[in-house]
Amino acid sequence: MTDTSANRPGSATSLITPDARTKRRNRAEARFKVYGITAIGIGLLFLVVLLGSITVNGLGAFQQTFVNVPVYLDPAKLDKRGNRNIEEMKKVSTFGYNPLIQQGLLDKAAELGIETPLKKRKQMKAMLSASAAAKVRDFVLANPETLGQTVEFKLLAASRVDGYLKGRVQRKDVARDKNIDAEHLDLTDSLVAAGVVAKTFNLSFITGADASESRAEQAGIGVAMLGSFFMMLVVLVLSLPIGVAASIYLEEFAPKNRWTDLIEVNISNLAAVPSIVFGILGLAVFIQVMHLPQSAPLVGGLVLTLMTLPTIIISTRASLKSVPPSIRDAALGVGASKMQSVFHHVLPLAMPGILTGTIIGLAQALGETAPLLLIGMVGYIATNVPDGIAAGFLDPNSAMPAQIYEWAKRADPAYYERAWGGIIILLVFLLAMNIIAILLRRRFERRW
Amino acid sequence: MPVLWLFLIVLAIAALGFVLGRRRALKSADGESRRLHSLPIYYGTNAAMKVAVPALGLLCLWLLAQPLYVNSRVAATIPDAAIAEGSTLGLVMSDVRRVARGLDLAVVEGAMTAPQAASLDAETADVRQELASLGVALGSTVTADTLRAAQDYRAYSTTGTLMMVVAVLFAAIIGCGWALRETDRDFRARNVVERGILVLLIAAASVAVLTTLGIVLSLIFQTYEFFTLYSALDFFTLLEWAPSFSGRGGASSLGLLPLLWGTLYISMVALLVAVPIGLFSAIYLSEYASSTVRSFAKPMLEVLAGIPTIVYGLFALLTIGPILLSVFGDDTLGWMQGQRAVLTAGVAMGIMLIPFVSSLSDDIINAVPQALRDGSYGLGATKSETIKQVVLPAALPGIVGAILLATSRAIGETMIVVLGAGAAARLSLNPFEAMTTVTAKIVSQLTGDSDFASPEALVAFALGMTLFVMTLGLNVFALYIVRKYREQYE
Repeated sequence: MTDTSANRPGSATSLITPDARTKRRNRAEARFKVYGITAIGIGLLFLVVLLGSITVNGLGAFQQTFVNVPVYLDPAKLDKRGNRNIEEMKKVSTFGYNPLIQQGLLDKAAELGIETPLKKRKQMKAMLSASAAAKVRDFVLANPETLGQTVEFKLLAASRVDGYLKGRVQRKDVARDKNIDAEHLDLTDSLVAAGVVAKTFNLSFITGADASESRAEQAGIGVAMLGSFFMMLVVLVLSLPIGVAASIYLEEFAPKNRWTDLIEVNISNLAAVPSIVFGILGLAVFIQVMHLPQSAPLVGGLVLTLMTLPTIIISTRASLKSVPPSIRDAALGVGASKMQSVFHHVLPLAMPGILTGTIIGLAQALGETAPLLLIGMVGYIATNVPDGIAAGFLDPNSAMPAQIYEWAKRADPAYYERAWGGIIILLVFLLAMNIIAILLRRRFERRW
Repeated sequence: MPVLWLFLIVLAIAALGFVLGRRRALKSADGESRRLHSLPIYYGTNAAMKVAVPALGLLCLWLLAQPLYVNSRVAATIPDAAIAEGSTLGLVMSDVRRVARGLDLAVVEGAMTAPQAASLDAETADVRQELASLGVALGSTVTADTLRAAQDYRAYSTTGTLMMVVAVLFAAIIGCGWALRETDRDFRARNVVERGILVLLIAAASVAVLTTLGIVLSLIFQTYEFFTLYSALDFFTLLEWAPSFSGRGGASSLGLLPLLWGTLYISMVALLVAVPIGLFSAIYLSEYASSTVRSFAKPMLEVLAGIPTIVYGLFALLTIGPILLSVFGDDTLGWMQGQRAVLTAGVAMGIMLIPFVSSLSDDIINAVPQALRDGSYGLGATKSETIKQVVLPAALPGIVGAILLATSRAIGETMIVVLGAGAAARLSLNPFEAMTTVTAKIVSQLTGDSDFASPEALVAFALGMTLFVMTLGLNVFALYIVRKYREQYE
């Protein structure tokens, strides 16, 4: 600044009228600030777009289209001998029920006076989910006395009809689609107007099981949720005690020697190892060497335990460290042993911090997918709810993120909606866990 | 199930030991606990510990060792002739195990009686059919050798399990007796218990070392096996990645370089997104933002870090991909063919890394002492000049370390590239083309195929080894830079 005046002798500079250079510097200052604001804006924009696209695409999965069909349960077809013997009635497969349901829908349309070029019974197939017949069959086998009556069923609509109501399937796409025709969509419009076809809340998406590739309308995340639950149990039961014990040793007892250094270096390195490498470890050690069952939540839990341990150890050590030494000294002063001072005084005071760290570690483990791919939790169609606790740990199952990945891989766009919906459920769980962690910290954390 | 029962029985003995130990100690001091060396509870704990720790430790070791031992014993009895063309000992053994498990299941379900299962003959009975009816699927028909091996396997396993039950219970009872015998008013129970607890604590701390050891050993062994089947030189130098699963070996070319290029290219795109945004956010948040803005924007950005990677994968595939396609796709510029591309995965990964870069840099910038800034202001520098010429140079080693850590995270990221980057390995400079990465290929080579003997599957372990070495190297290098160039402001 001194040289500006030196370059221009005679032109006195004033603090009130800024010279060119000051202006330039002020502009640079403003520009720099704008860069920062822009960067934060872009970051927040990404967040909004991400959350927005999850909500917009995923909320549809919580609604499902149902068709109310009165079905005449024809005894001549379903119980040919007429003696109401359950064993004999079980011989009629779902193929025997399909015509009755389709006829029921056709009759309903005729009764409402809907004009449709679809006159054949078979043409109604495109309207209903392939699972409808199984539902009616289960009902009949459970209530054989209803044979001969006309019962009103609330059946799942086919995935294309569902997509049409949600705007996923457009009329222009239908021309190339062999599963459904424009006439079906006309019929759907009329049935919606008549209240026969309607979208309602879809509980079975949250509680149900996965379905085969062609029945997107039936798929649910419930069984995978159970798989995740059993995995988290394993992680909690193993990683909390091991993590706390390891941190107590390292923080309170470990002498400064090579072995301690080795452990410390190992823990900080493990925290940075890519998660897929833990999957390789699980595959090689737990499945190939120890022959534990593939796709089992137990193995998934073990792998995720090894992955979460560093997180838990690091946060536990931080909260042990924050307990002031005066507590330890006071305990030692009244004659407690070192072990007693730690377990009776330091550990209870550090507990809120430890639990917070554990919950955050569990939340991380809940969302982790890559290691689960390697131990066979993908490609498996989780259709059965595990019976019993041992089966829950040992029987093949999926997990929520693995199920979402599985849906994202399937070709039918109806499954994309399921995947987004699954993400909403997963994020709700993560959000709940993080809120619990924050509340725990707020409520119990002590400042010394 | 016997394992669970055994576990519960051991716990019951431990509980009994606790009660007996405590009572015995009190009795030896005539019910006056002040005459004991330690509190009564320590005598009980001592007994419970001496029951549970050796017995449960033995149980764990036995459960780990028995399958290995039985496997090797049975594998040694299988003649070479029984291994069919194109098969391996490992495949035969997995069939043997499946038959053995099926027979056990048959006995449990009541389809066969125990002697019936033991005397089953491959010549007369169709074992495969019978097991299939129980839901145990076999890859091939059961030969006489396989069946005999499976019977051996069952016999060894049954004996082993029986011996395990005896040994564990014996250990538990011995432990109980030992603890009770030494229980006395002068016995230093607290010191013994505390030493025991310390050993358990050390064992827990060593799990981390065992994990690393497990990772390194499994990677090394399998990588070594891969290099005996496939030339290491080819793996590191071939410019083509074309595994063939039909013809075993020979026909595949498994070159690392195209995968490595894909990995580095996608990571580079991710860093180009994450570093400027993350760094400028950190600078703004720590130097300019008012505390209200900071308390709102910082946690919001950190939400991005808490979102699981599968979500970013789906976001890349179904949101970023279509958006990029509508800008650069066939309808407009014609540069981009499909939704999956380097740019798709790179942008998603970049978004994931923003909070990583910003929170690390934020900490580092905040650690630069205020005195440096004040000195700069005192010389007449503006805020941005201070940041550019004083704060950033002081924080540079930390920021470089943060970027290196972010790079290592990007290289190891799996779900985003599996969903967003595509499956074709390519050596190309075009960011609109689909490419694949090391992690994506580990997933695709190891899922769905249960035969781990072919080079096409084993290559995944070599890829994993590459990944492990790369990320470890980056982390160590980052720590080194931070330590070496860190300014000390004390």
